[in-house]
Amino acid sequence: MGNVPTTVKHCLSYEQLIQDYPWLKRWLQEEKTITGHEYPDFVKIVEVGPRDGLQNEKEIVPTGVKIQLIDMLSGTGLPVIEATSFVSSKWVPQMADHSDVLRGIQRAPHVRYPVLTPNMQGFKDAVAAGATEVAVFGSASETFSKKNINCSIDESMLRFEEVINTAKEQQIPVRGYVSCALGCPHEGHIEPSKVSEVAKKLYAMGCYEISLGDTIGVGTPGSMLKMLQSVMEEVPAHALAVHCHDTYGQALPNILTALQMGVCVVDSAVAGLGGCPYAQGSSGNVSTEDVLYMLHGMGIETGVNLAKVIEAGDFICNALRRETNSKVAQATGRTL
Amino acid sequence: MATVMSLVNRRILSSAMGQKYVAYSSAAKVTAAGVRAGQALPEKVKIVEVGPRDGLQNEKTIVPTETKIHLIDMLSATGLPVIEATSFVSPKWVPQMADQVEVMKGIGRKPGVSYPVLTPNLKGFQAALKAGASEVAIFGAASELFSKKNINCSVEESLQRFEVIMKAAKEAGVPVRGYVSCVLGCPYEGKVAPEKVAHVAKRLYSMGCYEISLGDTIGVGTPGSMIEMLEAVSKEVPVNALAVHCHDTYGQALANILIALQMGISVVDSSVAGLGGCPYAQGASGNVATEDVVYMLHGLGIQTGVDLSKLMDAGAYICRTLNRKTSSKVAQANCKL
Repeated sequence: MGNVPTTVKHCLSYEQLIQDYPWLKRWLQEEKTITGHEYPDFVKIVEVGPRDGLQNEKEIVPTGVKIQLIDMLSGTGLPVIEATSFVSSKWVPQMADHSDVLRGIQRAPHVRYPVLTPNMQGFKDAVAAGATEVAVFGSASETFSKKNINCSIDESMLRFEEVINTAKEQQIPVRGYVSCALGCPHEGHIEPSKVSEVAKKLYAMGCYEISLGDTIGVGTPGSMLKMLQSVMEEVPAHALAVHCHDTYGQALPNILTALQMGVCVVDSAVAGLGGCPYAQGSSGNVSTEDVLYMLHGMGIETGVNLAKVIEAGDFICNALRRETNSKVAQATGRTL
Repeated sequence: MATVMSLVNRRILSSAMGQKYVAYSSAAKVTAAGVRAGQALPEKVKIVEVGPRDGLQNEKTIVPTETKIHLIDMLSATGLPVIEATSFVSPKWVPQMADQVEVMKGIGRKPGVSYPVLTPNLKGFQAALKAGASEVAIFGAASELFSKKNINCSVEESLQRFEVIMKAAKEAGVPVRGYVSCVLGCPYEGKVAPEKVAHVAKRLYSMGCYEISLGDTIGVGTPGSMIEMLEAVSKEVPVNALAVHCHDTYGQALANILIALQMGISVVDSSVAGLGGCPYAQGASGNVATEDVVYMLHGLGIQTGVDLSKLMDAGAYICRTLNRKTSSKVAQANCKL
């Protein structure tokens, strides 16, 4: 605090603050019940359509189509595009062509192409295929962890530690995901403290960013607020992202709440690709187009060209022979 | 200390004193959004169910009278406090509402529930009263072009028409709800000035409307434009007399509603199953789904008095009858469980 100007020191004194701004005491007490009203200048969009989106689509998409989708997305201004997943093709057949996809895409400068690497084998294959960023997937729910990746949360952390340490040696950044952050299909309610525990571990191990996933989309601004308040005690806001599913239509208000809390990274999927394996026929990922529409409408920059994302969405929906889940795409598609 | 630091960064440094220290703050943008400090969310929100009127009016299939009555009766059992039953508009313009009198006479009126009906002119008002209406609604627009194309007169002319209705309503002791459409954008004019919205809202309120419902008719609004508009309107009309009527055409409805709640609004219009499309965007959705709104409000700990599962039953019923899929995501997610 030695170099801090006196006036700032003055205003950093709690007693002085309360004296100067008497309403502040009540506001501080109420801070947990209201959301702030400042918004970030810039929000980084992490496009997960080619991985999380396609992974949850029934139709197996040919490699060429995946590559074309990613190449189209690369031309939209999206700063991060999750390209594929180095998971065993036995578990996720859609991602069987992971190496071909990673090798086949045209890497745009200033765009990052993280890939999922659930274990050391996946990590090695990813690096061999040219990966320059990876992601690991933890869970806030023990049952979900056991059913999804066949081990407890603690065991998964050990696995990830190995991946993260090796990645550090090779200077490959690692992103951490925490799934079931607002609810679990098996356990139901998930305690915010459990989410912060897992987020803290991943961050401490060396993940540069932690994406908090509402895996089944059951969260609302109420639960989002509580969960973020808990996590932000352990991980700084600038290292957090939200990964909201729109299964109950709550994704955009949840994202809005996260922005009000100071989060400025949002995961989304073009055309809202990907359903929900826990609610047959329901939607999954929030649509990138709808998120962009909201952010731009609020004067928040993203660097992304919405019209080009809609084009990419049209392309993949045609290829998948399905309707888009994006309301913006639906609305603009018919009037243009 | 960390909490205080973040407050200093984000709030104090927005004051005149702190401006020069913005450099020490985080990169978070400070906007004067007009949300008063310490404004908590409302404890209760009144839901105004517009499915049987606004919803059905925008559905292609003409719904039989008995179906409309059954839908309204099912909705009456959910705890919804207000259900817009029908519209006393000429059947030449809106064939779906041709059975307005039969619907009004046929529904079971649950005590404590309001059943407002639309009355675009004095003739409609008189017919509504005769059919037993005890609350009516009038529909103004914030856009001149929309007013001309929709009801064939300018905004000022429409307001004069409404003065006539207001006078008759006062004499009959019938409360009137005012709607302002195109508050966040117009299909013809594009952007609509918040001051225009405030002007129309103020006129309707001064005329005697007990509540003004601000409608994002084509769903183009975002939290950004919602804040701007509500700031302008709340200078002219007290916030407890305001409601928001959001369309979900661009998926923005729930985010817009959340912002409105943060600004003190506690009345929200919605439509069961998200009934009603958008006449300005073929195939796109219109009204926000009541089920999705209730899900969000309950998740926020806000009381609505509405039983979500009974509401979903009503939604399932009308969708079966209309042979269409629900537009409610909550209903879609739940019906498979």
